[in-house]
Amino acid sequence: MKILIVDDFSTMRRIIKNLLRDLGFNNTSEADDGLTALPMLQSGNFDFLVTDWNMPGMQGIDLLKAVRADERLCKLPVLMVTAEAKREQIVEAAQAGVNGYIVKPFTAGTLKEKIDKIFERIEAGG
Amino acid sequence: MSEALVGSEQCLEFARSLVAHLEAGDEQGAQESLEALSAIRESQLFQELGKLTRELHNTLANFQIDTKITTLAETDIPDAKERLNYVITMTEQAADKTLGAVEELQPLSDELQTRMAKLHADWGRFRSRDMAVEEFRELSRELDQFFDWMGETMPQFNSKLTDIMMAQDFQDLTGQIIRRVITLVQDVESGLVDLIRISGQKLKAQPEKKEVNPIEATGPSIEGIDQGNIVKGQDEVDDLLSSLGF
Repeated sequence: MKILIVDDFSTMRRIIKNLLRDLGFNNTSEADDGLTALPMLQSGNFDFLVTDWNMPGMQGIDLLKAVRADERLCKLPVLMVTAEAKREQIVEAAQAGVNGYIVKPFTAGTLKEKIDKIFERIEAGG
Repeated sequence: MSEALVGSEQCLEFARSLVAHLEAGDEQGAQESLEALSAIRESQLFQELGKLTRELHNTLANFQIDTKITTLAETDIPDAKERLNYVITMTEQAADKTLGAVEELQPLSDELQTRMAKLHADWGRFRSRDMAVEEFRELSRELDQFFDWMGETMPQFNSKLTDIMMAQDFQDLTGQIIRRVITLVQDVESGLVDLIRISGQKLKAQPEKKEVNPIEATGPSIEGIDQGNIVKGQDEVDDLLSSLGF
Protein backbone atom coordinates (compact mmCIF):
# COMPACT_ATOMS: atom_id res chain seq x y z
CA MET A 1 0.00 0.00 0.00
CA LYS A 2 1.67 3.21 -1.22
CA ILE A 3 0.35 6.41 0.37
CA LEU A 4 0.95 10.07 -0.51
CA ILE A 5 0.68 12.61 2.33
CA VAL A 6 0.08 16.21 1.22
CA ASP A 7 0.34 19.06 3.74
CA ASP A 8 2.27 22.33 3.63
CA PHE A 9 3.41 21.92 7.25
CA SER A 10 6.17 19.34 7.61
CA THR A 11 5.26 18.75 11.27
CA MET A 12 1.80 17.57 10.26
CA ARG A 13 3.26 15.39 7.48
CA ARG A 14 5.53 13.73 10.03
CA ILE A 15 2.66 13.20 12.48
CA ILE A 16 0.50 11.56 9.81
CA LYS A 17 3.45 9.52 8.54
CA ASN A 18 4.16 8.20 12.05
CA LEU A 19 0.51 7.43 12.71
CA LEU A 20 0.29 5.55 9.41
CA ARG A 21 3.42 3.60 10.32
CA ASP A 22 1.81 2.62 13.65
CA LEU A 23 -1.14 1.36 11.61
CA GLY A 24 1.20 -0.79 9.51
CA PHE A 25 1.55 1.46 6.45
CA ASN A 26 5.26 1.89 5.88
CA ASN A 27 5.35 2.99 2.25
CA THR A 28 4.57 6.72 2.39
CA SER A 29 5.72 9.72 0.37
CA GLU A 30 5.20 13.43 1.04
CA ALA A 31 4.32 16.55 -0.95
CA ASP A 32 3.82 20.10 0.30
CA ASP A 33 0.95 21.20 -1.95
CA GLY A 34 -1.29 20.11 -4.80
CA LEU A 35 1.07 21.32 -7.52
CA THR A 36 3.86 19.00 -6.36
CA ALA A 37 1.44 16.20 -5.41
CA LEU A 38 -0.36 15.89 -8.74
CA PRO A 39 2.67 14.90 -10.90
CA MET A 40 3.76 12.48 -8.15
CA LEU A 41 0.32 10.87 -8.22
CA GLN A 42 0.32 10.71 -12.02
CA SER A 43 3.62 8.89 -12.18
CA GLY A 44 3.84 7.10 -8.84
CA ASN A 45 1.33 4.24 -8.55
CA PHE A 46 -0.13 5.48 -5.28
CA ASP A 47 -2.95 3.54 -3.62
CA PHE A 48 -4.14 6.20 -1.21
CA LEU A 49 -4.02 9.99 -0.83
CA VAL A 50 -4.16 11.92 2.45
CA THR A 51 -4.39 15.67 1.87
CA ASP A 52 -4.79 18.96 3.72
CA TRP A 53 -7.10 21.66 2.29
CA ASN A 54 -5.45 25.02 3.01
CA MET A 55 -2.14 25.11 1.16
CA PRO A 56 -0.34 27.66 -0.99
CA GLY A 57 -0.05 26.82 -4.67
CA MET A 58 -2.79 24.28 -5.30
CA GLN A 59 -5.25 23.72 -2.47
CA GLY A 60 -6.41 20.29 -1.36
CA ILE A 61 -9.92 20.71 -2.74
CA ASP A 62 -8.50 21.52 -6.18
CA LEU A 63 -6.13 18.56 -5.94
CA LEU A 64 -9.14 16.35 -5.16
CA LYS A 65 -11.00 17.70 -8.19
CA ALA A 66 -7.93 17.23 -10.40
CA VAL A 67 -7.59 13.62 -9.19
CA ARG A 68 -11.25 12.88 -9.90
CA ALA A 69 -10.92 14.47 -13.36
CA ASP A 70 -7.89 12.34 -14.24
CA GLU A 71 -8.83 9.13 -16.01
CA ARG A 72 -6.11 7.07 -14.35
CA LEU A 73 -6.49 8.56 -10.87
CA CYS A 74 -10.24 8.96 -10.59
CA LYS A 75 -10.67 5.83 -8.45
CA LEU A 76 -7.90 6.76 -5.97
CA PRO A 77 -9.24 6.88 -2.38
CA VAL A 78 -8.76 10.36 -0.90
CA LEU A 79 -8.87 11.24 2.80
CA MET A 80 -8.96 14.91 3.70
CA VAL A 81 -7.32 15.93 6.99
CA THR A 82 -7.87 19.65 7.48
CA ALA A 83 -8.66 22.47 9.88
CA GLU A 84 -11.40 23.69 7.51
CA ALA A 85 -14.60 23.05 9.45
CA LYS A 86 -17.42 24.88 7.66
CA ARG A 87 -20.39 22.78 6.65
CA GLU A 88 -20.25 24.26 3.12
CA GLN A 89 -16.66 23.07 2.82
CA ILE A 90 -17.45 19.53 3.94
CA VAL A 91 -20.36 19.38 1.51
CA GLU A 92 -18.12 20.72 -1.28
CA ALA A 93 -15.50 18.05 -0.55
CA ALA A 94 -18.17 15.34 -0.45
CA GLN A 95 -19.57 16.49 -3.79
CA ALA A 96 -16.07 16.55 -5.25
CA GLY A 97 -15.79 12.88 -4.31
CA VAL A 98 -13.77 12.73 -1.10
CA ASN A 99 -13.74 9.33 0.65
CA GLY A 100 -13.25 10.61 4.20
CA TYR A 101 -12.99 13.94 6.01
CA ILE A 102 -11.14 14.53 9.30
CA VAL A 103 -11.10 17.88 11.07
CA LYS A 104 -7.90 18.96 12.83
CA PRO A 105 -7.02 18.65 15.63
CA PHE A 106 -7.69 14.91 15.40
CA THR A 107 -6.67 11.78 17.28
CA ALA A 108 -4.79 8.67 16.24
CA GLY A 109 -8.03 6.73 16.83
CA THR A 110 -9.99 8.90 14.40
CA LEU A 111 -7.41 8.43 11.65
CA LYS A 112 -7.47 4.65 12.09
CA GLU A 113 -11.26 4.54 12.14
CA LYS A 114 -11.62 6.59 8.93
CA ILE A 115 -8.97 4.65 7.05
CA ASP A 116 -10.50 1.31 8.10
CA LYS A 117 -13.89 2.55 6.94
CA ILE A 118 -12.58 3.67 3.56
CA PHE A 119 -10.97 0.29 2.87
CA GLU A 120 -13.97 -1.66 4.13
CA ARG A 121 -16.12 0.21 1.66
CA ILE A 122 -13.66 -0.33 -1.18
CA GLU A 123 -13.45 -4.07 -0.43
CA ALA A 124 -17.25 -4.21 -0.37
CA GLY A 125 -17.07 -2.75 -3.88
CA GLY A 126 -18.74 0.53 -2.93
CA MET B 1 0.96 83.95 -22.33
CA SER B 2 0.18 82.80 -18.79
CA GLU B 3 -2.63 84.19 -16.65
CA ALA B 4 -0.15 85.58 -14.16
CA LEU B 5 1.73 87.45 -16.87
CA VAL B 6 -1.49 88.86 -18.32
CA GLY B 7 -2.49 89.88 -14.76
CA SER B 8 0.79 91.63 -14.04
CA GLU B 9 0.83 93.47 -17.40
CA GLN B 10 -2.70 94.66 -16.75
CA CYS B 11 -1.65 95.74 -13.24
CA LEU B 12 1.27 97.70 -14.69
CA GLU B 13 -1.01 99.38 -17.22
CA PHE B 14 -3.55 100.40 -14.55
CA ALA B 15 -0.73 101.56 -12.24
CA ARG B 16 0.71 103.78 -14.99
CA SER B 17 -2.70 105.25 -15.72
CA LEU B 18 -3.24 105.79 -11.96
CA VAL B 19 0.03 107.82 -11.78
CA ALA B 20 -0.92 109.72 -14.95
CA HIS B 21 -4.39 110.57 -13.55
CA LEU B 22 -2.92 111.71 -10.22
CA GLU B 23 -0.30 113.90 -11.93
CA ALA B 24 -3.02 115.40 -14.07
CA GLY B 25 -5.13 116.04 -10.96
CA ASP B 26 -7.90 113.84 -12.36
CA GLU B 27 -9.35 112.45 -9.13
CA GLN B 28 -12.22 110.60 -10.84
CA GLY B 29 -9.83 108.83 -13.26
CA ALA B 30 -7.43 107.93 -10.44
CA GLN B 31 -10.27 106.32 -8.47
CA GLU B 32 -11.28 104.20 -11.47
CA SER B 33 -7.73 102.97 -12.05
CA LEU B 34 -7.42 102.03 -8.39
CA GLU B 35 -10.66 100.03 -8.50
CA ALA B 36 -9.57 98.24 -11.67
CA LEU B 37 -6.31 97.27 -9.95
CA SER B 38 -8.03 95.73 -6.93
CA ALA B 39 -10.52 93.90 -9.19
CA ILE B 40 -7.61 92.05 -10.84
CA ARG B 41 -6.23 91.09 -7.44
CA GLU B 42 -9.58 89.73 -6.24
CA SER B 43 -10.18 87.63 -9.35
CA GLN B 44 -6.74 85.98 -8.95
CA LEU B 45 -7.56 85.21 -5.31
CA PHE B 46 -10.85 83.56 -6.31
CA GLN B 47 -9.11 81.44 -8.90
CA GLU B 48 -6.60 80.15 -6.33
CA LEU B 49 -9.36 79.45 -3.83
CA GLY B 50 -11.30 77.57 -6.50
CA LYS B 51 -8.28 75.42 -7.30
CA LEU B 52 -7.72 74.54 -3.63
CA THR B 53 -11.39 73.64 -3.14
CA ARG B 54 -11.30 71.31 -6.12
CA GLU B 55 -8.18 69.56 -4.83
CA LEU B 56 -9.70 69.08 -1.38
CA HIS B 57 -12.88 67.68 -2.89
CA ASN B 58 -10.97 65.17 -5.06
CA THR B 59 -8.87 64.02 -2.15
CA LEU B 60 -11.91 63.41 0.04
CA ALA B 61 -13.72 61.62 -2.76
CA ASN B 62 -10.75 59.30 -3.34
CA PHE B 63 -10.49 58.45 0.30
CA GLN B 64 -14.12 57.49 0.65
CA ILE B 65 -13.62 54.80 -1.98
CA ASP B 66 -10.70 53.41 -0.04
CA THR B 67 -12.42 52.41 3.19
CA LYS B 68 -10.36 49.40 4.14
CA ILE B 69 -8.89 51.19 7.16
CA THR B 70 -12.29 51.31 8.83
CA THR B 71 -12.78 47.59 8.33
CA LEU B 72 -9.29 46.90 9.60
CA ALA B 73 -9.79 48.92 12.76
CA GLU B 74 -13.32 47.78 13.55
CA THR B 75 -13.22 44.11 12.60
CA ASP B 76 -9.92 42.69 11.49
CA ILE B 77 -7.64 43.85 14.31
CA PRO B 78 -9.90 42.68 17.18
CA ASP B 79 -10.31 39.44 15.23
CA ALA B 80 -6.52 39.07 14.92
CA LYS B 81 -6.11 39.63 18.65
CA GLU B 82 -8.50 36.76 19.37
CA ARG B 83 -6.66 34.55 16.90
CA LEU B 84 -3.31 35.30 18.48
CA ASN B 85 -4.74 34.54 21.91
CA TYR B 86 -5.86 31.22 20.51
CA VAL B 87 -2.27 30.60 19.36
CA ILE B 88 -1.10 31.16 22.94
CA THR B 89 -3.74 28.73 24.23
CA MET B 90 -2.82 26.07 21.69
CA THR B 91 0.93 26.29 22.26
CA GLU B 92 0.33 26.16 26.00
CA GLN B 93 -1.87 23.07 25.68
CA ALA B 94 0.73 21.39 23.47
CA ALA B 95 3.50 22.11 25.98
CA ASP B 96 1.31 20.83 28.86
CA LYS B 97 0.43 17.65 27.00
CA THR B 98 4.05 16.96 26.07
CA LEU B 99 5.42 17.69 29.55
CA GLY B 100 2.61 15.67 31.15
CA ALA B 101 3.43 12.63 29.02
CA VAL B 102 7.16 12.94 29.73
CA GLU B 103 6.49 13.20 33.48
CA GLU B 104 4.40 10.03 33.32
CA LEU B 105 7.04 8.17 31.30
CA GLN B 106 10.03 9.07 33.45
CA PRO B 107 9.11 6.97 36.55
CA LEU B 108 8.36 4.00 34.26
CA SER B 109 11.70 4.42 32.57
CA ASP B 110 13.46 4.64 35.97
CA GLU B 111 11.73 1.50 37.22
CA LEU B 112 12.63 -0.35 34.03
CA GLN B 113 16.28 0.54 34.51
CA THR B 114 16.32 -0.57 38.19
CA ARG B 115 14.62 -3.90 37.54
CA MET B 116 16.80 -4.57 34.50
CA ALA B 117 19.98 -3.90 36.51
CA LYS B 118 18.91 -6.33 39.28
CA LEU B 119 17.92 -9.07 36.81
CA HIS B 120 21.07 -8.55 34.82
CA ALA B 121 23.26 -9.00 37.94
CA ASP B 122 21.35 -12.14 39.05
CA TRP B 123 21.48 -13.57 35.55
CA GLY B 124 25.25 -13.02 35.50
CA ARG B 125 25.61 -14.98 38.75
CA PHE B 126 23.46 -17.79 37.37
CA ARG B 127 25.57 -17.97 34.19
CA SER B 128 28.77 -18.23 36.22
CA ARG B 129 27.10 -20.97 38.32
CA ASP B 130 27.22 -18.83 41.44
CA MET B 131 23.61 -19.36 42.49
CA ALA B 132 21.83 -21.76 44.83
CA VAL B 133 18.74 -23.64 43.61
CA GLU B 134 16.46 -21.74 45.99
CA GLU B 135 17.83 -18.45 44.67
CA PHE B 136 17.29 -19.56 41.08
CA ARG B 137 13.62 -20.26 41.83
CA GLU B 138 13.37 -16.71 43.15
CA LEU B 139 15.07 -15.38 39.97
CA SER B 140 12.73 -17.27 37.71
CA ARG B 141 9.72 -15.88 39.64
CA GLU B 142 11.17 -12.37 39.28
CA LEU B 143 11.63 -12.89 35.55
CA ASP B 144 7.98 -13.92 35.20
CA GLN B 145 6.87 -10.81 37.10
CA PHE B 146 9.15 -8.67 34.97
CA PHE B 147 7.68 -10.00 31.72
CA ASP B 148 4.13 -9.42 33.01
CA TRP B 149 5.02 -5.91 34.04
CA MET B 150 6.62 -5.21 30.64
CA GLY B 151 3.50 -6.52 28.92
CA GLU B 152 1.38 -4.02 30.83
CA THR B 153 3.81 -1.12 30.64
CA MET B 154 4.92 -1.09 27.01
CA PRO B 155 1.48 -0.26 25.54
CA GLN B 156 1.33 2.61 28.06
CA PHE B 157 4.75 3.72 26.86
CA ASN B 158 3.65 3.66 23.24
CA SER B 159 0.44 5.52 23.91
CA LYS B 160 2.32 8.29 25.74
CA LEU B 161 4.75 8.57 22.82
CA THR B 162 1.78 8.93 20.47
CA ASP B 163 0.38 11.65 22.76
CA ILE B 164 3.68 13.54 22.54
CA MET B 165 3.66 13.24 18.76
CA MET B 166 0.02 14.34 18.42
CA ALA B 167 0.66 17.36 20.64
CA GLN B 168 2.94 18.71 17.91
CA ASP B 169 -0.07 19.35 15.66
CA PHE B 170 -0.17 22.83 17.17
CA GLN B 171 2.64 23.80 14.81
CA ASP B 172 0.43 23.36 11.75
CA LEU B 173 -2.69 24.91 13.28
CA THR B 174 -0.98 27.94 14.83
CA GLY B 175 1.10 28.36 11.68
CA GLN B 176 -2.06 28.76 9.61
CA ILE B 177 -3.41 31.33 12.06
CA ILE B 178 -0.17 33.31 12.17
CA ARG B 179 0.00 33.40 8.36
CA ARG B 180 -3.46 34.94 8.35
CA VAL B 181 -2.41 37.58 10.87
CA ILE B 182 0.69 38.40 8.80
CA THR B 183 -1.58 39.11 5.82
CA LEU B 184 -3.60 41.42 8.07
CA VAL B 185 -0.45 43.26 9.19
CA GLN B 186 0.42 43.82 5.53
CA ASP B 187 -3.07 45.25 4.94
CA VAL B 188 -2.68 47.56 7.93
CA GLU B 189 0.65 48.71 6.56
CA SER B 190 -0.77 49.64 3.17
CA GLY B 191 -3.76 51.28 4.85
CA LEU B 192 -1.43 53.42 6.95
CA VAL B 193 0.55 54.43 3.90
CA ASP B 194 -2.71 55.63 2.29
CA LEU B 195 -3.62 57.46 5.46
CA ILE B 196 -0.29 59.27 5.55
CA ARG B 197 -0.72 60.20 1.89
CA ILE B 198 -3.98 61.95 2.69
CA SER B 199 -3.17 63.02 6.22
CA GLY B 200 -4.90 65.91 7.87
CA GLN B 201 -8.37 65.24 6.49
CA LYS B 202 -11.34 64.36 8.62
CA LEU B 203 -12.82 61.16 7.36
CA LYS B 204 -16.09 59.44 7.66
CA ALA B 205 -15.94 56.18 5.80
CA GLN B 206 -18.47 53.39 5.69
CA PRO B 207 -17.11 49.94 6.56
CA GLU B 208 -16.82 47.93 3.38
CA LYS B 209 -18.87 44.79 3.00
CA LYS B 210 -16.62 41.79 2.27
CA GLU B 211 -17.68 39.26 -0.31
CA VAL B 212 -17.75 35.93 1.50
CA ASN B 213 -16.87 32.77 -0.36
CA PRO B 214 -18.30 29.96 1.80
CA ILE B 215 -15.71 27.39 0.80
CA GLU B 216 -12.64 29.61 0.90
CA ALA B 217 -9.95 28.03 3.07
CA THR B 218 -9.54 30.06 6.25
CA GLY B 219 -7.54 27.79 8.54
CA PRO B 220 -8.60 26.59 12.00
CA SER B 221 -11.89 28.06 13.21
CA ILE B 222 -12.01 29.73 16.59
CA GLU B 223 -15.10 29.74 18.77
CA GLY B 224 -16.49 33.20 19.28
CA ILE B 225 -14.83 34.76 16.23
CA ASP B 226 -15.64 32.59 13.28
CA GLN B 227 -19.23 33.02 12.26
CA GLY B 228 -21.34 30.70 10.24
CA ASN B 229 -21.78 27.09 9.63
CA ILE B 230 -18.88 25.54 11.49
CA VAL B 231 -18.93 21.96 12.73
CA LYS B 232 -18.06 21.48 16.38
CA GLY B 233 -15.97 18.35 15.99
CA GLN B 234 -15.42 15.08 14.16
CA ASP B 235 -18.84 13.76 15.24
CA GLU B 236 -20.62 16.57 13.41
CA VAL B 237 -18.44 15.99 10.33
CA ASP B 238 -19.47 12.33 10.40
CA ASP B 239 -23.16 13.20 10.85
CA LEU B 240 -23.06 15.65 7.96
CA LEU B 241 -21.31 13.19 5.68
CA SER B 242 -23.69 10.37 6.58
CA SER B 243 -26.61 12.68 5.82
CA LEU B 244 -25.04 13.03 2.36
CA GLY B 245 -25.05 9.27 1.93
CA PHE B 246 -21.54 8.49 3.17
